[in-house]
Parts: sequence; structure tokens; C-alpha cells
Amino acid sequence: MTSDIAAILGIDGIATGAVYALVAIGTVLIFTVTRVIFIPFGDIAAFTALTLAALDAKRFPGTGALVVILACLATLIEIISLVRAGEIRLLPRALFFYLALPLAVVGLAWLTMRAEPPLAVRLVLALMLITPIAPLLDRIVFRPIADGTVLLLLTVSVALHYALVGLGLLFFGPEGVRTEPLTSFSTEFAGVLVSGQTMLIVLAALVFSGLLYLFFDFTLVGKSLRATAVNRTGSRLMGIRPARAGTIAYLLGSLMAGVSGILIAPVNTVFYDSGFLIGLKAFVGAIVGGMTSYPGAAIGAVGVGILESFASFESSALKDVIVFSLLIPILIWRSLASLHSEEEIEE
Amino acid sequence: MSEMFSMTDVTVCYDNVEAVRNVSLSVEEGQIVTVIGPNGAGKTTLLMAAIGLLASRGRMVFQGGDIGKMSVEDRVERRLCLVPEKRELFSDMSVADNLLLGSYSLRDRSGVQKTLDEVYDRFPRLKERQRQAAGTLSGGERQMLALGRALMAKPKLLMLDEPSLGLAPLIVREIFRTIASLRDLGVSILLVEQNARAALETADYGYVLETGEVVQSGPAKDLIHDPRLITAYLGGH
Repeated sequence: MTSDIAAILGIDGIATGAVYALVAIGTVLIFTVTRVIFIPFGDIAAFTALTLAALDAKRFPGTGALVVILACLATLIEIISLVRAGEIRLLPRALFFYLALPLAVVGLAWLTMRAEPPLAVRLVLALMLITPIAPLLDRIVFRPIADGTVLLLLTVSVALHYALVGLGLLFFGPEGVRTEPLTSFSTEFAGVLVSGQTMLIVLAALVFSGLLYLFFDFTLVGKSLRATAVNRTGSRLMGIRPARAGTIAYLLGSLMAGVSGILIAPVNTVFYDSGFLIGLKAFVGAIVGGMTSYPGAAIGAVGVGILESFASFESSALKDVIVFSLLIPILIWRSLASLHSEEEIEE
Repeated sequence: MSEMFSMTDVTVCYDNVEAVRNVSLSVEEGQIVTVIGPNGAGKTTLLMAAIGLLASRGRMVFQGGDIGKMSVEDRVERRLCLVPEKRELFSDMSVADNLLLGSYSLRDRSGVQKTLDEVYDRFPRLKERQRQAAGTLSGGERQMLALGRALMAKPKLLMLDEPSLGLAPLIVREIFRTIASLRDLGVSILLVEQNARAALETADYGYVLETGEVVQSGPAKDLIHDPRLITAYLGGH
């Protein structure tokens, strides 16, 4: 391998890693706030790419129907649980957040699409359509078992991923998509040609990570999310509702996954089931960071991207094997280096 | 004085075991009420039920409204606050952030800075350490932070679970002085303590809890001279 090739592979790896980093940060965010290892994050990223491709082709994406169905289901479940708890006064609020708001988003997207909007608007529409999915799934699937063990939540999360892949096939069809590049700009950097798309990916990862950092450090809502992650009982005693913190975490995480889906769509062909590998590789990155550290997860994810890039050069067929084999030494190192929490011991 | 908080025939079960049985007590506005009793009597369980962390049977009224079925968060929004035995601080976060989160339940944010200044005036050591992570504080400072964080919510009734637990005698005195001074702010206090003497010296009224039941109650100044209590809890002969 020459230094030129190494540089190209390195840059390619950083770009792929930056996409994984966005998903990994979302994974850590949701895990720390809700204790759910949200495996379907990769699916959210892939669905965003498919949504954008449909919008590009002037078709209304299947995401709209998916959001409507999930919103109806979530509303039904919320109404039943409120009636059972005798909290009828909260019904209007539930109808607004679980039904009216998602339907308004779908309606707005449908109306805007008819005007054949430019790319920037289509990007916003794709993100708008995708962000309600994870919070709605949280209400339907995870809220009823919120007090379950991490293992139970993980098992359900894996099952949910398979359900989503099925729904993906139903709503988006079996064809793969590749969206138009967001920019045609390219430049030479240290003798290596770097595409604008690659720079955009890295820049977006940095900007969104930075925004998340600012949100956590400088807003009361951000601090309440951190508090829920650090001490659930303590945060409840401050009046912070874990369910609401969870919803915010899912919304933010979906936004990160959605952005990564948009960034990856012009570079890779995305199918309805492409999300699993994206999510799994981001998960490896998150594990490097111990599932609790955002910078750790981001660095881990970039590391995974670089390793994958070099591995695919050496042996394209074995690249995934090489990346996932990385988990074994990391898990051994993590289990030797860290103290087990009380919850893990109980389980 | 009007009634701030009352429990009537409250029973709390862990599985099938009744940890608290038919307990009735009340706290008047601006009053300090203490619940004393031996380890395992159900004192902490009683407070956990009062804040809603444990389910209970019986009637619980706060400021005239039934709160028995309310969630923890709804009770906190009505300004019923608990400083638990374990403090439950956000150990990775700074002292200032812990205090700020104490005010999370307040809809009107205009007075938050003023309340923060008052808390810093009351606990100057917290101001000195405002940028330090809560997990690095000493035991006494942690208790001050837990108290300060609860005060940030402008509580109407503050429930304190063993505030003197594990603290040096000098700090214990300081904490009890602070508790007594909260009366001037118009805060009602329900204080659960094993340090019966210090608790009765601070409180207006006291209840004695043994094996989950109230066995005795009365004005604190009477209880402190009660021969049975002196023998059992106050270290006398």
C-alpha cells in the first residue's frame, strides 16, 4: 500500500466514521436516558435516505403512511392508559402530541411536496417525516416495559428492528436508492482529491455534535436529560418526567440518525434493510466509548470507519468480519477495566 | 394554622409484607414535625410513599387536595419535596447545575436567580464549590447541596430523610440549625430522624414509629421528657 492509497483510505474512513459517529451519539443519548439500546437507529437512517429519494423522484414517501399508522396506534395506547389511570384531563394533550402533531407534519410535507420544492426544502421534509417515528415507537413499544431490565429492553429492541425491516419493505419496496450528491465541489488536500460530499459529512458530524454539546451544557432541558441519565430517581424528585426526557432523547437521536442517512445516501446505495449494518457499526463505536461517553462514542465510530475502509481495501469480503471482530478485544478490555454497576449485578 | 399535609390510615406493602400500617399524621402550615423510631421501623418507607415513589393505601391530602394517586412529578410540581436518605445528587454534574435542576419544576422562572442567590447565602460553601462536580463533595457538603437543591423548588412542604446520617457532630448541628431556620421562610417540614434528641429539639410535634405503626405522638417538648422515650431513644436511664 502506498502512502497515497493510505491517505485516500484514511479520508474515506473518516467520512464513513463521521456518519457512524452521528448514529453512535444518538445511540448513547437514548441508552443513557432510557436504558434502551435502540438497535433500529440504523433503520431510521436508511428510511431517511429512502424518504429523500422518494421526494427527489416527486413521489410521496411511504414514511408518511408509516407515521400516520404509528401515530394512530400510539394515540390509542395513550388513551387506554390515561383512561385506566383516571387521568381523563390529560386526553387533549395526548391527542395533540400523539395524533395532531404527527399528522400535521405529514400533512405539511404532503402539501409542500406538491409545490416541487428545492433540495434544501426536501432535506428538511425528509427529516421532519422521519423524526416522529422513534418517539412514537417509544410510546408503543418501550414505555409499557420501561421498568424492565436492560436485557429485556435490548431483546425487544432487536425484535423491533426486524419488524421495522419488514415495514420498510412494505412502505419503500425492495429497490435500492442513491440520491443526488448534495454538492459537486471537490478540492485537493495534501495531494489527495477530497470530494465536497466527504467534507460535508465531516462538517455535519462536527456541527451536530457541537450543537448537542451546547444543548446539554447550556439549556435546562439538556441538563434535565443529563440528570435523568445520571440519576433517574433523583431527577424524578426534581419533577423531571423520565417519559418526557425519553421522548426528547428519541427526537434528538432520530435527528442525528436522519442526518446521517441523508449524508450517506449519495455515497452508498441504500436499501430498506441497509440500516442494520450502519446501526451495528455505530453500536461498536458506542461500545468503545463505554455506551456512556459522547466523545468516546464519536472517536470509537470514526475508528470503526477507518478500520472498515482499510479492511475493505485488503479484503472486501471480510471487511465486516474484521470490524465486528474488533468487538471481542474491546469487550474483554471493557469488562476487565470497568466496575460492574449495581443493576448489572442484580440482573 | 391550617393543615398543610395529612396522611390517614396509610399502609405501604413490599410484596405481602406491611412495612407501614395504618399510619395517620399531619403537618400544619409552618410547622416542623418529626417522625422518630428505630432502624427498620418504616420511617423511610413512609416518606417514599408520601412523595409517590412507593404505592400506598389510605388517604393523603396536601394543601386540601388528594394526592394519593398522583405521580412523583405531579407532587413535586405542587411543591411537595423530598430530600432522600441517599441524597440522590447528580454526581457527574456541577454544584451549580444540581441547584439549577432543583428549580426544574417551577413554571415561573423569573425568581430562580434570586432563589439561587439565597441558597448561596445560606450555604456559602456551595458558592465556593459551584463549578465542582457534586460527586467530589464531602458528606456535609453533599447534604447541604441536597438541602439547597430542594430549596430551589420553593417547597411548601419539605420532607427530610435522615439529614444527619453519617455526618460529623459539628456538621449535624449546622444542618439542624438550618432546618430550624427554614421555619422563617414559611416552609413546613416533615423530618425523619434516628437522632431523636436533635430532631425533637428542633421540631414542634413528634410521632414515634415502631414496626410500621405510630405508637406515640405529642408536642416535641413533651416527648423529649417522656421517660419511656428517654430510655429507648434519647440515651438516658
